[in-house]
Parts: sequence; structure tokens; C-alpha cells
Amino acid sequence: MSAPAPGAPPRHAAQPPNRPGMMGGGAWGAMGRPAEKARDFRGTLFRLVRYLRPQIRQLAVVFIFAIVGTLFTILAPKILGQATTSIFNTVIGNLVAIHQHRPTHSLDFGFIGHIALILIVLYVTSAAFSYLQQYIMAGVAQKTVYALRRDVDAKLTRLPLKFFDARTHGEILSRVTNDVDNIATTLQQSMTQLITSIVTIVGVIIMMLTISPLLTVIVLVTLPLYGFVTGMVAKRSQRYFADQQRELGQLNGHVEDMFTGHTIVKAFGHEDRSIRQFDDINGRLYEAAWRAQFVSGVIMPLMNFISNLGYVIIAVIGGIFVTQGRITVGDVQAFIQYSQQFTWPIVQTANIANIIQSTIASAERVFELLDEPEEIPEASDAIVLSAPRGDVALEHVGFSYVPDAPLIEDLTIDIREGQTVAIVGPTGAGKTTLVNLLMRFYEIDRGRITVDGADIRTMKRGSLRSIFGMVLQDTWLFNGTIHDNIAYGREDATEEEIVHAAQAAHADHFIRTLPDGYDTVLNEEASNISQGQRQLLTIARAILADPAILILDEATSNVDSRTEVLIQQAMTRLMHGRTSFVIAHRLSTIRDAETILVMNKGSIVEHGSHQDLLAARGFYADLYYSQFTGADLDEMEPPLAAIS
Amino acid sequence: MIRLYRFLKPFSVALLVSVVLIFGQTISQLYLPTLMADIVDNGIARKNVGYIVSTGEVMLLITIGGMVASVAATFLSSRAASGFGRDVRARLFARVETFSLHEFDRFGTATLITRTTNDVTQVQMVTLVILRMMVAAPIMAIGGIVMAYRQDRPLTLVLAVAIPVLVVAIVLTARAAIPLFGLMQSKLDRLNLVMREGLTGIRVIRAFNRVTYQTHRFDEANADVADNAIRANRIVAFLMPVLMLVMNLTSVAILWFGAVRINSGGMQVGSLIAFTQYAMQIMFSFLMVSMLFVMVPRAAASARRINEVLDTEPEILDPDSPTEPVRESSRYTVEFRDATFSYPGAEQPALSHISFSAGPGEVTAIIGGTGAGKSTLVKLIARFYDVDSGAVLVDGVDVRDMLQQSLRSRISYVPQQTVLFSGTIGDNLRFGDQSAEDDDLTRAAEVAQAAQFIQESPGGLDSSVAQGGNNFSGGQKQRLSIARAIVRKPEIYIFDDSFSALDFKTDARVRAGLKPVTTASTVLIVAQRVATVMDADRIVVLDEGQVAGIGTHRDLMLTCGVYREIVASQLSAEEVA
Repeated sequence: MSAPAPGAPPRHAAQPPNRPGMMGGGAWGAMGRPAEKARDFRGTLFRLVRYLRPQIRQLAVVFIFAIVGTLFTILAPKILGQATTSIFNTVIGNLVAIHQHRPTHSLDFGFIGHIALILIVLYVTSAAFSYLQQYIMAGVAQKTVYALRRDVDAKLTRLPLKFFDARTHGEILSRVTNDVDNIATTLQQSMTQLITSIVTIVGVIIMMLTISPLLTVIVLVTLPLYGFVTGMVAKRSQRYFADQQRELGQLNGHVEDMFTGHTIVKAFGHEDRSIRQFDDINGRLYEAAWRAQFVSGVIMPLMNFISNLGYVIIAVIGGIFVTQGRITVGDVQAFIQYSQQFTWPIVQTANIANIIQSTIASAERVFELLDEPEEIPEASDAIVLSAPRGDVALEHVGFSYVPDAPLIEDLTIDIREGQTVAIVGPTGAGKTTLVNLLMRFYEIDRGRITVDGADIRTMKRGSLRSIFGMVLQDTWLFNGTIHDNIAYGREDATEEEIVHAAQAAHADHFIRTLPDGYDTVLNEEASNISQGQRQLLTIARAILADPAILILDEATSNVDSRTEVLIQQAMTRLMHGRTSFVIAHRLSTIRDAETILVMNKGSIVEHGSHQDLLAARGFYADLYYSQFTGADLDEMEPPLAAIS
Repeated sequence: MIRLYRFLKPFSVALLVSVVLIFGQTISQLYLPTLMADIVDNGIARKNVGYIVSTGEVMLLITIGGMVASVAATFLSSRAASGFGRDVRARLFARVETFSLHEFDRFGTATLITRTTNDVTQVQMVTLVILRMMVAAPIMAIGGIVMAYRQDRPLTLVLAVAIPVLVVAIVLTARAAIPLFGLMQSKLDRLNLVMREGLTGIRVIRAFNRVTYQTHRFDEANADVADNAIRANRIVAFLMPVLMLVMNLTSVAILWFGAVRINSGGMQVGSLIAFTQYAMQIMFSFLMVSMLFVMVPRAAASARRINEVLDTEPEILDPDSPTEPVRESSRYTVEFRDATFSYPGAEQPALSHISFSAGPGEVTAIIGGTGAGKSTLVKLIARFYDVDSGAVLVDGVDVRDMLQQSLRSRISYVPQQTVLFSGTIGDNLRFGDQSAEDDDLTRAAEVAQAAQFIQESPGGLDSSVAQGGNNFSGGQKQRLSIARAIVRKPEIYIFDDSFSALDFKTDARVRAGLKPVTTASTVLIVAQRVATVMDADRIVVLDEGQVAGIGTHRDLMLTCGVYREIVASQLSAEEVA
């Protein structure tokens, strides 16, 4: 920004540069940025206002304080002007008196002191009011945002998996963080700014009118200029900011691409071309960036210029008016201060309009999320299986993710307690679909799934899911100690049980080699332990949970062969007596399974035992034989010996 | 941050001019109240309308001049700051591109991305603010004091009291608020972390029925953020009213003491008005400087992160007098001579005393458990790391004696984790050989079993690849990555567990297709599955960084216990025979 205008600094000139929430940029930074528009501005606004309702009393106080605080500062220049006038008149009177050889008078210090006292009271009160107003507002804004975040999080727990699978994490995260932060900042700053700005503009105009209507009209002529300049600058800078944003996006994309593929870039000697490409984008970014910065930066000098223009007009015309005796010197001084007080609120109001638009757009996105259809609520008389055996049956099940592409049509299988079901198929065959259905992460379209004879839709979700133990391929661990991560499987687990589970998963040894043992805190990406070790932890977690039904999702594919043998033994022990669904490439598991589900491109193409499926000479048989070919498929003899 | 400003050097002329312009603009700004005082004392008091108008004209000219200077300064500073950002960014990126995997892994991909993008932007923004505001503020403060002093000397004493009060208020508030704002960032990070964990682990959370626990974790983090934000904002709420109060009370003090001065005849009324305005300008410039307290620490942290990268020298450098090896078919293309390698800080070497050779037309398989050092071994060939002792030779020359560019141009590397780049399929396949014709690409795609799905894609070879290749399945990405290696027609192929995402059938077809293509090349395959390596000419069995055995499948079954164990874990007895 540029230097301030002469005269008393406008009350709003010196807002702290960073908006709380550390989003950076500040109120000025938003100037000229393209504002996103909400689709339903009014509806969203009203809904946002509803969130403020619990704080309505504090909010009313904030508004009143803001208005009072502003009014007091508006009164001050006029009162100060009276003192100046008194001084000036005495001085002029004395000049005349000297000229006429009459005795001179001393300044009316009684009057000046009186005014100084009034001013001090005004300023102190005003400061107190604006402090209290901001103090209260901090609570109002943050509590509202806290509630908003809490509601969003609670909502997320009620949304079906379908919602999450259809969106990137970044997309959902940005609503909880960026959008909510945006709302917080606006509540904290822009709302009271808007109020004080409007009060200031209106109040200042009224005060100016009481001093000199004619001079007021002359000053007001500069008003359209402000609007004109702001509009012009905003239009241009929006374009450049959009350009800058686009180039920045490209640059980030390129950097992300090249850095994630660093090994390949090096291996293929691509560094020079990568740098050239970067320089191209970087050059374009520079062109867009300086233009955006320049155009948006120019607003301040221009505003300042208009403000100074008003200053000169007042000085000249006001001066002439004083010589004609139409107004006093103090009036001119007050006028100058008033015209300066104008500039900031006007710039800010233009700015705030932008900010409010983007806030409402943010709020709309948050509300959109809050309006997403939830999981079907549980019946009040939902069943809880107290001692599940693990019989699972699918009866005429039909399912599809998208209406027109059925994945499972009329599937009927019956799995008895303790049996093993192997799910096989090429990668990307959509094997997680079955997990989704069994655990009721997704609802089936037709038929029913039962556990121990009970339709899973009549059961409490929590109870249903606790019957299953799951080791997913994408191991999930959270930022906490190893101990806590294993204990995630069962809340009431004792220390001993946790160690025991870790031993059973062959994780105990490596855990003890870590500097803090079981208290080692896994970092954000759990990158302080290896992929294989992570997997061992999730296995330990599943072992601890001791479920009736097991779902193993290619659980050991990242563990080395020798460890795998050990895990396999632990798994076999674990699977003993439990119904198990195993998504595996391992031949022995597949062959020993009572039922094999063969999946391809997301749908179940075959099911039956190993023998049945080989005899059918279908997809499974193909898949099975291809595993042992050396090079040439046609020359291959089916290893029939292995089958019998 | 100061250190980074060496990148501002090319813009020193622009910056100098911009400082001069800002100086001019500030002077014009400072001159207005003096002229105003003249209007009051000479024009109004003497009822001289002509004087008022002519002074007004001067004021107008000065205002226009000030605006022009200010716009020009903005122009220059915008270009300088953006150019500075551009240069830092370019240097940073080029530096990272020279990093070997050592340096790269030490930082990590995520932070290197942030440093090259966000951190530079952060520093650039603050630089702009400094160029615009922080240059103007001191000029304004000093100029204001000089002008005020000229208007009336004794009255300047009021400022001597007011300014320290102002500074103390700013410093105290900043000291209380800045740590809280720092905390705010870490608490927000924590909230985001919990949120992200809730998203990535959603299946596990629901499967283990721990929704309530997760909600509780989130709520804790959420309340923590809110509490901290309230505290921070309440402290900041204190600053503005206090500063305004100090400034306003100063103007009252000036009024009172000014009146005393006027009464004693030491000062004129116009000077009083001007003085008040100067006082405000001075204090306002202190306010501007106070903003620096908030912005600079954050930018300084960014600058530190940038400098860290710029200060990191790549360990692997080209030799001063490189040897360009000549390819001879009689010679081993790849040779390990008693090579030992440790990752920095590791207690035990990742590979120790590795010796073996591989020649053209041969397939060498490397097998072993996780952490046995398989991937590390093949990375040494491309000189992603340097050995601690011993040597790795390609075409008979130590890889450290060759130009990296020359060494790597002989190698096609297919990594464990497939990496595709945004662009088209064609762009990706041409990654290693820009001059390849479409026909070459198609042939390579056929070998890699990728031709069919490329054809089925709407644009064929021109179909676009999303960032990270996310619009393709794992198997498809792996096949494209294999095709990319084939297009290069290298001397040496390195497949680092590159068939893991393929189903058995495709895996077999790809390997069958590779055979005729690689007859003249040296092929190294890192594998987990025994079936993949059974017919290799040579199998190197690694166990905890050491060679446990070298030989054919049949040899090893007889001689190598580790190998037998691996085989037993994967195949049943009949299949082994």
C-alpha cells in the first residue's frame, strides 16, 4: 500500500495485516481477486445466520458497541475543530487589536481545556467500546466455527461410504478447513468492518452536512470517482489474478509431477527438459504475477490521489469560504479529517462485498455437504448378535455402483461357520466390492445378506461390523503410538493382550528394536516404519480384535517371503474356526478354500470349489493355468498332477 | 531471509529507482500540510483569495506528481518482487533436479514440493509488501519528524512521549500474540491431520466401530483450535483500540500545548493544524512497521526452508574427466566388484561385498526378502547412489568415471512404484526417447500388453494421462511403464519388481513378448515371485544384504537353503520339480 493521506489517519486504516486464522493476504489482499459466486445467496446467508442464533445476544452487543464506538470517533473532529476555531479567532482578534492598538486577549484556555476533556472522554470511550466489541466477537466467531466444524465432522460419520469413494480426500478436507476458515475470518473481521464502515460513511456525511452543506456537496463529488476507480481496477485485476492462479496451478502440477517421479526423471535423463518446461511455466507465471500485483497495488495510490484531491478542494474552497466568513477555520480542519475518514471505509466496503460473496460460496459448499443423504438410519429395535458363529449367506443378491452397470446379479452362496472363501481375479477386479457389501458399507439393490440367519439390515451397524475383522491392503494406521494403533482393535485390551497379539503377528520383535518400543509414535504417513512392518501392525490389530469372521485383503503381499511364511502360520491359526474371506493370490489358500469367488471387472463371474471351477474350464481355469507358464502359453501343458 | 535477497540483485536498478520514487511520493505527501498551513496563516488570516487559489494549484500539482511517482514505484516493485520469486523458484527447481536420491529422500517429496511452490510464494508476497510499505514507512517517519520539527520545535517533545508509548504497545502485543499465532498453525495442522486420518481410514474406523473415538479425537483438536484462536484474537483486539487511543490522545496533547505556544506568540495556527497532521503521519508509519512483525517471521521460516535446499550440494557429481565406455559384445555389461553400500546413518550396510557380472543376452534375476537389498542393488547400477567400497562397472567402466547422462542413456529402468506424468500416453512413452516414431511406440505397447487398452482409449496414443496416471489402473500403469522402457531400446533393462500389479496371464505374456526384444540387451529382474525368475540365466539370491547364492534355478535348489525356503513358501512340491 502507499503512504497515508495527510490529516488525521482514518480510523480503519490500520487493521492488522493478517486475518486471524493465518490465512494471510489480509483484507487488502482480497482486493480485485475474482469472487466466487454462491448459487443461492439469500438461502445460504439465512442459513449461516441461523448458526449465529445461539450467540444472538453477544452479537447484538457487538453491533451496538461497534456503532457507538464509531459514532464517538465521528464526533471528535468537529469538537476538535471548535477548539481550533477558538484559537484562530483569538489570534485574528489580537492581530486586529494590535493593529488598532487595543489590548490583546489571551487564548480562552478554559474553553480549550473543556474541549480537550470532552475529546479525551470521547476517545477513551470509543477505544473501550471497540476493544470490547472485538473481544466479544472473537468468542462469537470461533464458537460458531467450532460448531460448524463439529457438525461437519458428525455429518461425515453418518455419510455412506459411497460419498467418500466418489470424492477425493482433498475435496472433502478443503470444505472442513479452507471453507470453514474462510467463514471464521469473515465473522471475526469483515462483519464488524462492514458495520463500522457503513456507520462511518453515513455518520461522516451527516457531520459534514451540519458544518457546511455546500462544501459537503463538493466533497461528495469525489465519491463516484472512488467507485469508478475501484470498478476499473477490480475488473482488470480479476483477469490477471485468474491468469496467475492458472499458471500457478500449472507450475505446481509440473513440480509435483517431476518430484514424485524424481527417480524416473533421473533414470531417463529428463532433467534438462524438465527444467526447460519449468522455466517456460515460471516465465508465464511471472508475466501474470507482476501484472496482478501491479494492478491490485495501484488501487492504493489512486485512492490516495482521490483523497488528496478532496483535501486540496477543501483547503482551497474551504479557505475561500473562511475569508468570506461562511465557515470557520476549525470547520475546514474538521472537514479535512472527515474527508480522510471516508477513503478507507469506501475501499473496504468494496472489498468486503467481495469477501462476503466468497464467504457465502464457502458456506454453501459446507451446507451442501451437510445436506448429503445419510446412511439409512438403524431401526430402533436393531439386533445385536451377542455370540456370533459366523454363518454367512447371500441370497439372490444384486448390486451395482452405477444404475446401468450391474456388477452382481442374483448371487446366492451359503458359507458355513469356519469355512474359507477365496476371492480371486485379476487386479482391479473390484474385490473390495464384496467387503463393501458384507460390512454394509454399501447397500445392496436386491436380495439379502444374512449373518447367522439374520438380515444384516436389521442389525446395528456397529454390532455387524464388530463381527468382522479386517486387514485391508491399504494399511491404515493413525498418528499415535504403536500401542494405541494395535489397541484400536479392541478398546478394553490389556497391555499383555496387545503384546500377545503383536507376537502372534510376528511384530513384537521389530517393535522392540524401535527406540521407544511400543510407545513409538507413528508419524503422519507412518513412514518411520516399513511397509511390511505397517502391515504386521494391522495384522496384530485384527488378531487382537478376535472377530468371528475375517476379511483378509491381500494382506501379506508386501511382506517378504520368509516373514510371509511366519505370518501365514499365524493367519492359519487365526483363521481356524473362523469364517474367512480371503482376497489372495496364494495358490494354497485358494485351493484349500471351500468356496472360490472368481471376479473379473468388478462382477462375480464364477463361484464354486477349486475342482468344480477347473472342470468348468472357464475364466478361473484360464487364470490358474497361466500362473505357471514360462514364456509360451500355447506350449503349456496343464499341470494336471497338481490338481488331483 | 536476507540471504535470499541476493536474488534481488538483478533488480537493483529498478529497486533504486523505486526507492527514489517512493521518496518523492512521500515528500509530496509531507509537503501538503505545510502548504495547508500557508493557506491558513497567509491566505485565510489575510483574506487573500488569490494566494489561496495559487497555493491550491501548487497542491494539486504535487498531488498528481505524488500519484504518478507512487504508481511508477508500484510498477517497479511488482516486477522486481515477481521477478525475484521467479528466479528463486527457478534456482530451487534446478537444484532439486540435480539431487541424487540421497538428498531427495532426506527432504522428502512432499516438503520439496511445498518449498518450491508455497514457500517461494510466501517470500515473494512479503518481499512485495516490504518493497511497497516498509520502504515508505521509515521515509515517512523521518520526513514527518523533520517537517514537524520545522513547524515547531518545542511541540516535537509531545512526539518524544507518544512514539515510545506507541512502540511499547506494539511490542507488548506482538510478543503476546505471535506465539499464539504460531501455535494456531500447529493446532490447525493437527486438526487437519485428524480429519485426514478420519478420511483415509474410514473403512477401518467403521469396521472396528470406533466412530465415537474418532469423533472425540476430532472434537478435542477442534476445541483446541477454537480456544487458541479466541485467545489470540482477544489479544489482537487489544492492539488497534490502544493504538488509536494513543494517536488520538496525542492530537489532544498537541492541541493543548500548541495553544500554549500560540498564546506565547511562538507559533501560528496553521502550523498547529499542520503539526497535528504530521504527528498522525509519523505514528501511522510506525503502525505500518508493526505489521512487519507479523509477516516477517512466517516468511523467514519459508526462507530458511528454501535456503536449506539451496545449500544442499548434490553428492553425486560428474567426474572432471569422464570416460566414455565403448560397447563390446564380448564384455560384461554390468559388473559388481565387491560392492558395499550403506544408507547414511544406517548401522549395517544395505549391501555388502556383492560381486557378480551380467552380459548381453542374459537375464539375471535378483530375489530375496523385503529389506534384502534388491532394489538398492539395481539402483547402484544407474548410480542413484555411490558405493562405499568396491565398484559397479557398466561396459567395463566404473560408473563413477562416466557422465551420469551417458550412463543412464544406456539403461531403461522400470521402478517398483509406477510413475506416469501428466500429458498424453505418447508423451509418457517417449519419455526416454524423444525421437521415437509412433510405430515404435505401438510396437513397444504391444510387447508390454498395453496396445489394446491404448487403442480402446478415446484418443489412442494422444489420450491424456492425469496427474500421477490416476486415470489408469495399477496394472495398466505398470504396462505403460514397461512400454516406456522398451521404447528406449537400451543396453540394460532393469525391472524392479515391475510385474507385481499384473495378473498371471498378462505377466506371462509380457515376459514372453520381452524375450525377442531383449536378445541383445542385459536384463536384470528384481522379483518376489519364484515363477517369474525360474527360467533366468542367473539368479542372485540376496539375504540381508549379502549374496546367499548365485546360479540357475536347478543349481540353487541343490545348493542354496535360502532359495529353497523362498521356493517352498510359494510353490507346492509338484510345481517345483
